[in-house]
Amino acid sequence: MQHVSPVRIPLVTNGKTYHDVTQDVCRQVEAKPNIRWMAALAVALFFLGIFFYSVYRTLWYGIGEWGLNKTVGWAWDITNFVWWVGIGHAGTLISAVLLLFRQKWRSSINRAAEAMTIFAVICAAMFPVLHMGRPWLAFWVLPLQNTYGSLWANFNSPLLWDVFAISTYFSVSLVFWYTGLVPDFATIRDRATGPIARRAYAVLSMGWKGGAKHWSRYETVSLILAGVSTPLVLSVHTIVSMDFATSVVPGWHTTIFPPYFVAGAIFSGFAMVLTLMLITRVVFKLEDYITLEHIALMNKIMMITGSIVGVAYITEFFIAWYSQVEFEQYAFINRATGPYWWAYASMMTCNVISPQLVWIRRVRYSIPATFILSIIVNIGMWFERFVIIVTSLHRDYLPSSWAMFSPSWIDIGIYVGTLGLFFTLFLLFAKFFPVINMAEVKTILKYGVDNGPTYGGPNTGAQQSTYRSTGVPASAPVNYDKHD
Amino acid sequence: MVVGVILLAIGLVLAFMGIGAEHHAAGAEGAHHAAGAGASAEHHGSPIWLKRLIISLWHSNVYFTGIAVVGTVFVAINYVAYAGWSIVVKRIAEAFSAWLLPGAIIMLVVFGVGLINHDIFHWTMPGIMDPKSENYDAVIAGKSGFLNLPFYVIRMVVYLAIWWFFSERLRKLSLEEDQMGGTGFWDKSINVSALFLVLFAVTSSMAAWDWVMSIDTHWFSTMFGWYVFASWWVSGIAAITLCAIFLKQAGYLPFLTSNHLHDLGKLMFGFSIFWTYVWFSQFMLIWYANLPEESVYFNQRLGGFDGKYTWLFFFNLIINFAFPFLVLMTRDAKRQMIMLKLATIAILIGHWLDFYLMIMPGTLKGDSGFIIEIGVALIFLGAWLTLMTRRLSQASLLPVNHPFVDESIHHTT
Repeated sequence: MQHVSPVRIPLVTNGKTYHDVTQDVCRQVEAKPNIRWMAALAVALFFLGIFFYSVYRTLWYGIGEWGLNKTVGWAWDITNFVWWVGIGHAGTLISAVLLLFRQKWRSSINRAAEAMTIFAVICAAMFPVLHMGRPWLAFWVLPLQNTYGSLWANFNSPLLWDVFAISTYFSVSLVFWYTGLVPDFATIRDRATGPIARRAYAVLSMGWKGGAKHWSRYETVSLILAGVSTPLVLSVHTIVSMDFATSVVPGWHTTIFPPYFVAGAIFSGFAMVLTLMLITRVVFKLEDYITLEHIALMNKIMMITGSIVGVAYITEFFIAWYSQVEFEQYAFINRATGPYWWAYASMMTCNVISPQLVWIRRVRYSIPATFILSIIVNIGMWFERFVIIVTSLHRDYLPSSWAMFSPSWIDIGIYVGTLGLFFTLFLLFAKFFPVINMAEVKTILKYGVDNGPTYGGPNTGAQQSTYRSTGVPASAPVNYDKHD
Repeated sequence: MVVGVILLAIGLVLAFMGIGAEHHAAGAEGAHHAAGAGASAEHHGSPIWLKRLIISLWHSNVYFTGIAVVGTVFVAINYVAYAGWSIVVKRIAEAFSAWLLPGAIIMLVVFGVGLINHDIFHWTMPGIMDPKSENYDAVIAGKSGFLNLPFYVIRMVVYLAIWWFFSERLRKLSLEEDQMGGTGFWDKSINVSALFLVLFAVTSSMAAWDWVMSIDTHWFSTMFGWYVFASWWVSGIAAITLCAIFLKQAGYLPFLTSNHLHDLGKLMFGFSIFWTYVWFSQFMLIWYANLPEESVYFNQRLGGFDGKYTWLFFFNLIINFAFPFLVLMTRDAKRQMIMLKLATIAILIGHWLDFYLMIMPGTLKGDSGFIIEIGVALIFLGAWLTLMTRRLSQASLLPVNHPFVDESIHHTT
């Protein structure tokens, strides 16, 4: 039997019952869309309109609509791409890595975080595809034989590795997310009153009956997918970082990039999860499931990953000086004091300094402070990518080709447009899908609850004197039961 | 209970020291002959046997001090993560830090001895920073703001002092908790651990630059700090696991079950992959860009010095990645003591060799060997184990008043 220490606090508050969980989560799916949701969707659709317009301009008139120039040939699009991919990290981290580390609190947030991952990766994918200029030829990145001659995917290119990494990541995340949804869809199907809802959720739940075999397979698949996704989460941003680090561009070519990008991705992903969860829990009245404790824990992860990123910034800066390579040194001096100093300063403040506020207990348990902090981190992580990408390019080896980058309206339109796309998808998800994994939350409902099956009584500090070691003879056989 | 552990350890120590000393003498003699015969033409500094001795002292001390501090890091991470399962092995991890103080002293002494003939660090050569000297090296001179004796020694003392102070502090809190109970010590330990981890994050990287990276004075890699940490960390977990198994088999850890071993096995499996990830990222990026100032490091290790280190370069990957990866793959293997023993011993030897590969080519060029080095390592192992087991014997093996002690005892995976 598992024992839970009395110092641990319940994960779900206010003594919810199994039925309450179903009611509280299904309510949003079953009720008519409320006015706030409609208003939010309208705003999101407006921005989606901007997206479509900007995409139309890009495709009809070409990449010339963007603010790129011959020195900075890669700026806004790749910044946004990396930013979105980074945000897409937290979902799978929560479902896979936290599952492997037995962090039971993940159950309340994994569903929404995984959805966020999938939508963020969709947004990310827009940028490389649009930058192709002729997206109808996007299949050329796949290693397919083509009929035009010897043209073939270049396996030496990290951009191609990106295609594989991100498409694999997307597929696995989607399967993982959907597998988790199946039992919950069945719950909604069984409760549905309308004919359309019943049929739709019947199709979505794939004939789930909740039998013991079903659950057994469900758990096996979840564990396998968690095992598969863990290396995938790490691989995606590792390979994104290699887009830069395999080059010989000063400021890009540095060996710390892979783990540093992964930490940065988790950092920004958690910031976005916090932004979304803080809104969702209030709007959908889920405060007992996504508690202040959840928020504090997510804040801590944000602070830790932010500090890892901070250590990496300092390491990069130090090693650039230490290397005594003139170009490296200049790249970093230029970052901090050159014409883009404000971007660098924003990055440092938002990513390294502001998350340190989480050390203060009142900040990490405060909803407004956390919300502001999560937005600041999202902005900071955008600037991080901008700083890395643009400042390393804009001052070329030849001073005659030095240039600045300024985005065009179409650039900005595509970026805010992807935000519209993201929120449209997320709002649709929040309305029609259960935002909390009911089945998994029910398994942790009694965790640490007073008088629950695992409650060990209050800690008096004087118990446990029975656990002195008893001195087993040295030759005692050691039992290891394979089945326990 | 305790006497047995100590006797066992002393027995081990005597055996190891005997073997170590013998090999050591033989090795030294052999090396001396080789040097006398003029086998190596270009070395400078101390005679080869002495240089090998000094450098292997440095090598083994960096390795064992790293493992010692990882014990404290393990404890600290478990505090801040509110981890319950690991309490039954907590005292083992705590005992590792017994080596920190002697390790610190040895570190300073060996560094001082290394200065006499500038055996360990090329940047300590006289005149290397002086444009008028014939030893002048512009790149190294550029680093003088960081690589100069006073600052270097101050840094070394600061890192070690921080590590030692926090280790003692956490240990003291834990022992007081044993006596008095309550959750106050636990609360305090969490704060101490958090502060320690912040300082460790910075000092471990800097220590890696100072103690290992600056040997290849021209070379640089931003990943290096985390690479050394990954190596120390996985070795530390392997050492905790191995100690736990020995203690269990001697009957001292009745509450340790295959569930705890399973978790330790998972950590070893995971962090062996993490080490490989860091290794690969560093190697691949340097290989891909192929910039001479960076790739020289791997040139020396892959085919340099007449291919002396080439086998070790590949063996490093086999023993530290392929072997633990394959051995610890299945659930059953992570719960079997014999499999874990195989994996932990491979990891411990493997990462010692990893440090060997980091340190030797830059210092001894083609003149390094194994007999002196292994002898020194065994002496360190004996001394390390003596201090560790002595500290282990000074307190109950189960922190009886830790708030999670029940969770750990009833832990199932």
